[in-house]
Amino acid sequence: MRTILFILRKEFLQIKRNRTMLPIIFFVPFVQLIILVHAATFEMKHIRMHIIDRDNSSVSRDITGKFRGSPFYDITNYSFSDKEGEEDLKKNKADIVMIIPKHFERNLKTESSGKIQLVINAINAASAGLTYAYTQSIILKYNLDLVTEWANLPSNVRTSSISITHSFWFNPELNYKNYMVPGILVLLVTLIGMFLTGMNIVREKEIGTIEQINITPIKKHQFIIGKLLPFWIIAQFELAFGLTLGKLLFNIPILGNLGVVFTFSSIYLLVVLGLGLIISTINNTQQQSMFISFFFMIVFIMMSGLFTPVESMPVWAQKINIINPVAYFIKVMRMVLMKGSGFADIKQQLISISVYAVVILSFAVWRYRKVS
Amino acid sequence: MKRFFGFVTKEFYHIFRDFRTLVVLFGMPIAQILLFGFAINTDLKDASIAILDNSKDEMTRKLSQKIISSGYFLLKENLNTTAEIEKSFQTGKIKEVIIFQEDFEKRFMKDGKASVQIIADATDPNNANLFVNYTSGIINNFQQELMREQKVPYLITPEVRLRYNPEMKSVFMFVPGIITILLMLVCAMMTSISIAREKELGTMEVLLVSPLKPLQILVGKVLPYVLLSFINAVTIIMLGKWVFGMPITGSYMLLLFVTIVFIIMVLSLGIFISTVSNNQMTAMLISMVGLLLPTILLSGFVFPTENMPLILEWLSYIVPAKWFIIILKSVMLKGLGIQYIWKELLVLLGMTLFLLMLGMKKFKIRLE
Repeated sequence: MRTILFILRKEFLQIKRNRTMLPIIFFVPFVQLIILVHAATFEMKHIRMHIIDRDNSSVSRDITGKFRGSPFYDITNYSFSDKEGEEDLKKNKADIVMIIPKHFERNLKTESSGKIQLVINAINAASAGLTYAYTQSIILKYNLDLVTEWANLPSNVRTSSISITHSFWFNPELNYKNYMVPGILVLLVTLIGMFLTGMNIVREKEIGTIEQINITPIKKHQFIIGKLLPFWIIAQFELAFGLTLGKLLFNIPILGNLGVVFTFSSIYLLVVLGLGLIISTINNTQQQSMFISFFFMIVFIMMSGLFTPVESMPVWAQKINIINPVAYFIKVMRMVLMKGSGFADIKQQLISISVYAVVILSFAVWRYRKVS
Repeated sequence: MKRFFGFVTKEFYHIFRDFRTLVVLFGMPIAQILLFGFAINTDLKDASIAILDNSKDEMTRKLSQKIISSGYFLLKENLNTTAEIEKSFQTGKIKEVIIFQEDFEKRFMKDGKASVQIIADATDPNNANLFVNYTSGIINNFQQELMREQKVPYLITPEVRLRYNPEMKSVFMFVPGIITILLMLVCAMMTSISIAREKELGTMEVLLVSPLKPLQILVGKVLPYVLLSFINAVTIIMLGKWVFGMPITGSYMLLLFVTIVFIIMVLSLGIFISTVSNNQMTAMLISMVGLLLPTILLSGFVFPTENMPLILEWLSYIVPAKWFIIILKSVMLKGLGIQYIWKELLVLLGMTLFLLMLGMKKFKIRLE
């Protein structure tokens, strides 16, 4: 026990005396939370529209007026040629070009139908889908009013319409910060845990100080505990720090019991630290160790459903998430913080991560050799 | 000059004799682009929903059928009472509930108004927004068809053309992003760490007392990575083209040229990072905090920068990846020539120059 304490003291001293480490440990959560939380939104606030109105009739002016009045649209340009519209799409100055053809109003009256062309930049498929849905609904709504007016229906009779109302549960204001903060916190904890442990041991190897430890009577488990515990503590501290920041800065909801979060994180961190340890045992230089950590980290992050929905991944990719610890933790964080789930609700994740921790840690300990 | 080549050769040996790093260097981008290309997308597909049909008539049946057969949604449950909604959301299996009013068809025909309520689980607000809009879109389409069938006069039909990505594949959006991220990681991190490594191991001293000029040391350090990154970039672009059917409508020469410009830009960033860090751990942490997350989030890789708060939109202007992604999309997908992207290219060149000067100025030839 005393040996472990000595190793712990050495590690903490090393961290404390490294001038760049401490600021990073405190600075990183700030930067991540403040900057990144605001960035992750698909919300369309400014759809840039280029209008080509060749008809210039009262109907076409009414339609363009609807878009001008909508808070979602910025009308960036008017012109009379398709070419100019195309040019704006190319130059990324417009997201959508609406073309109202000549004789639109006349056709609408005589042939009883009219066509409006919408040209959408679809490189970002998700935004394009939303843009189309918004635009379509505005046109439909106008159309219904128009039919009522022109068909000269008595004012109490209206054209049949289906009214759509919607409500968002659990997060009525669509506050995506509530959704992102828990995820970003998981990232933070994972980055700290995995990279720092991974590089810490390799560093001793690279500089050669591992030899000195290998020839001491320090036992394998003492060394491993001594190496992992500081980062376990730091990561837990980061989580608490991050949650406090989230609460103070963004007022994120914490509906569930924080005890559940920390219980889960303490097991989760064992997995992450174990992974870091494995990476450090198979590598000899910090460069290698870091690249491999990076590889797994990016895969874990991108697959975890933090930025893109897990449901839209193919089934085999969703299966990969069984071995993705980040995905488990993000899910649990969101469930506990936003929906107030308790131990009973996250039982499955808790069991999975515990099994995972046991497997990873035993492999890491088995793989670690006190011989160089 | 001979000295310089000797130094460059040394750097190449450093890289080639570290077999593991080499495997990671070439294997990682390939593995990642394959994994992400196939797995990551924002396409809405088979989202689980529940329907609470209070009316159960011909019209609601048709409408439900239309929603389910759209391919976007998968009917998981038929609910009978409002009380069940809360419960099915709680289990997390359902993302959206669609509720039809009582006497839906009757009201639609008689009163001219029937209502549908959509409730989405907004714990994931982005998705909830998408669900609601797609569902509304389907209902609106249904209504338009109905109007056509009933020969409602004065019908306006929007015709849509989706430019550059007619099948709306999200791979088109992600491939340029992945190329950028990987170049960023490989170039900036590799250089910054390899210089920081010489400092940490003490071999920098040897280099500094050698007759090599500081500029030669920097260029020599960077040169091997220019080559490696270029090979990487070409591999990724080819994979994007052949595996994911990313069209390259623009000129290949231009594409290669802008790639080289970006690589040099990122390498100067790597040099700059290495000059401000004394050991590999610091270099890595700076690269990670300063590069990885901003590149993913502030570059328009996943999230459009136009929708961000103004400050972040400004901040995104100093993220080099943003400009490169714009250039890649313009050249690869829109098939544009240099006259459309010269501004972005100038920004990248300006950044390169700035970082190089800063790096040179901060590069210490004296020992501490």
